[in-house]
Amino acid sequence: MNATTFEPVAARPAPVRTAGAAGWIRTNLFGDWKTGLMTLLAGGALLYVLPQVFGWAVLRAVWLPDYNACRVEGVGACWGVVAEKYRFIIFGRYPYEEQWRPLVATVLMLCLLAASCTRAFWRPWLVLIWVAILAAFFALMYGNVFGLSRIETDRWGGLPLTILLASLSITLAFPIAVAVALGRRSGLPAIRAFCTIYVELIRGVPLISVLFMASFMFPLFMPEGFSIDVLIRVLAGITLFAAAYLAEVIRGGLQAIPKGQLEAAATLGLSYWQTQIKIVLPQALAMVVPSIMNNFIGLFKDTSLVTIVSLYELTGALSLAINSDANWRPFKLEGYLFIAMIYFTFCFLMSRYSLWIEKQVNKGKAR
Amino acid sequence: MSRKSPPRRKNWTWRSQALRGLVYQFFAIGAVALGVWWLAGNTMHNMQVRGIQSGFDFLARPAGFDIGESLYAFDSNHPYWQAFLVGLTNTLRVAVIGIILTTVLGVLLGVGRFSRNALVRGLCYAYVEFFRNVPVLLQLLMWYVFFTEALPAAAQAWTLGPLFLSKGGLSFPIPVWETGHLWGLYGLIAGAALAFAYRRWAFRRFEATGRPRSLFWVPLGLLFAMGALGWATGGAPAHFVVPVRGEFAIEEGGSLTPEFMAVLLGLSIYTAAFVAEVVRAGIQSVARGQGEAAAAIGLSQTQSMRLVQLPQALRVIIPPLTNQYLNLTKNSSLAVAIGYPDVVSIANTALNQTGRAVECIAIVMLVYLTTSLATSIFMNWYNVRAAIKER
Repeated sequence: MNATTFEPVAARPAPVRTAGAAGWIRTNLFGDWKTGLMTLLAGGALLYVLPQVFGWAVLRAVWLPDYNACRVEGVGACWGVVAEKYRFIIFGRYPYEEQWRPLVATVLMLCLLAASCTRAFWRPWLVLIWVAILAAFFALMYGNVFGLSRIETDRWGGLPLTILLASLSITLAFPIAVAVALGRRSGLPAIRAFCTIYVELIRGVPLISVLFMASFMFPLFMPEGFSIDVLIRVLAGITLFAAAYLAEVIRGGLQAIPKGQLEAAATLGLSYWQTQIKIVLPQALAMVVPSIMNNFIGLFKDTSLVTIVSLYELTGALSLAINSDANWRPFKLEGYLFIAMIYFTFCFLMSRYSLWIEKQVNKGKAR
Repeated sequence: MSRKSPPRRKNWTWRSQALRGLVYQFFAIGAVALGVWWLAGNTMHNMQVRGIQSGFDFLARPAGFDIGESLYAFDSNHPYWQAFLVGLTNTLRVAVIGIILTTVLGVLLGVGRFSRNALVRGLCYAYVEFFRNVPVLLQLLMWYVFFTEALPAAAQAWTLGPLFLSKGGLSFPIPVWETGHLWGLYGLIAGAALAFAYRRWAFRRFEATGRPRSLFWVPLGLLFAMGALGWATGGAPAHFVVPVRGEFAIEEGGSLTPEFMAVLLGLSIYTAAFVAEVVRAGIQSVARGQGEAAAAIGLSQTQSMRLVQLPQALRVIIPPLTNQYLNLTKNSSLAVAIGYPDVVSIANTALNQTGRAVECIAIVMLVYLTTSLATSIFMNWYNVRAAIKER
């Protein structure tokens, strides 16, 4: 008989560490040869590009408002254009000495918007605050009361105008959109037809043509001698345009409500409006919050189009500021980057807020 | 004894839903009709008072303005309707090329968000966040400034082989048309027919034997091989008009204007950020189990992607993708801000010259309505094809 001696199998090596920084780099940057190659390529490109961008934007940049320094060969970005023109870019053609007024008005408006985004303010009296602050905004901007001089709306511009257009069109478009979305699903054929035609017509044409209509053709439609301020007309144009898109989003939410909900409501004896307000809309709106917020962000960006019909909001104010001054004209790109940053900040904040509010409205579903 | 259902009593009181419905609709129609009548009346009156003529007769008159770029010869003696046609072709040119570019870029970026490489993921995320959150008009203006001011003058143009990039735009060689090219074209047509026949045969063989054959690379090879064969038969003509550096401009060859490039790049890059998000949402919507099940029955990674995951993702992707295509087409109207002669900018010029505001804006709206409808009909057809085949 052979004596078998116990020979243990050689111990397997410990598994590769996947935790910690080294582990993260191994799995995420050098997982296999393809990823490794990609890392080398992308990393190489970044290492080549980033220092150049950094050098242009920061190291070799000119920060002082001195256009002769900007013209020296080999100089990077000329941020001096922002240092020189920032008042004009942000407040447009508003009279220079009175620019504290749009500043206060904008800060008030921003506070109002920030407050409306927090839970503690979701009460009925928020409407009163909106009315009060809007009144204050117009009083400050337009003047003619409390000894403030009168500033016509064609002098308004820059950031205050952007924020005014965006916040007002968002608040006005929302109820219209809800009504139109309900109308498109109504049982009454005439109302359904009107709502469908409205939505499809508006969604079929670009915003510019709606703005052209509002600013050039509107006077043609009105009785002789009757006129509305161009700001209001453009605001109405943007609102109607945004409402059509928003209505489609909300309709998507309405379609997703199971039929049983409506039948249950009918069984309880709720009327049409009771059913919509208490049963359908709360569920439908909660479902489409991300799309609604995306729409709002799009609307905020779309306000830049009013430049084309000669209202000088942020984009228009920048062009006006730089085109009027031959010394600074070569440094338009820096100016554009500056306002791009302003737009980016607002839109990015809105998209972060959208994530938060999504969580809030879905609290009921969380387990 | 037959059971009778209780007689239906029409209840024409205010409590009857039918009656209320009728009344509401009656008022709605009345209000809309009154509104339209009032607006139309005002417009007629205003036009009379201001002496504005109306009608589309101006379309046949000479336009009296030149257009910077057009696909065919146009000068100021040509009638207005041809000017509008030039605008329309310019709009469609940007829209079609832009849609192709944005799809390629957007799909790459969307898929890149799932890369195992953190650097690629991060770059795609940064791209999407940056380009999505800056207004498209601003991006167009930035590209335009870049192309017209940051680039060197024609004399110091950047060159890459036969390509020249300068303030004057991008110049590139174009082939000279010869009869030999026609042979190449015949070859391509024959190749397409052959490829189609091969594909059908290969698919039938696959269904009969279960042995897969390449349904993509072989037909593609056939197509190009036949094209090359035809081209060689025609004598392989390969003469190009190469751009040369002139004193003030790059001469000869084909060229793209800075306006066109700014509009095209601006729109494609902006829309690609949205397409990337659409693609990402689509891929995310496919349940994880689908990929695992595909692996379990022995499909390779590529097969699983192509046969199982992608078809399901497409169903989620297509409707919002259509919206993005339509948005790109409609946003091409922003070209008016940087002077690219699209249909809106032509209409604007025509409006200023003739004063026919209603007609010009009506033409613009008609153009966009038709393009939007055509695109959405095509995409709906594709969507029906891609939808779940249910009983």
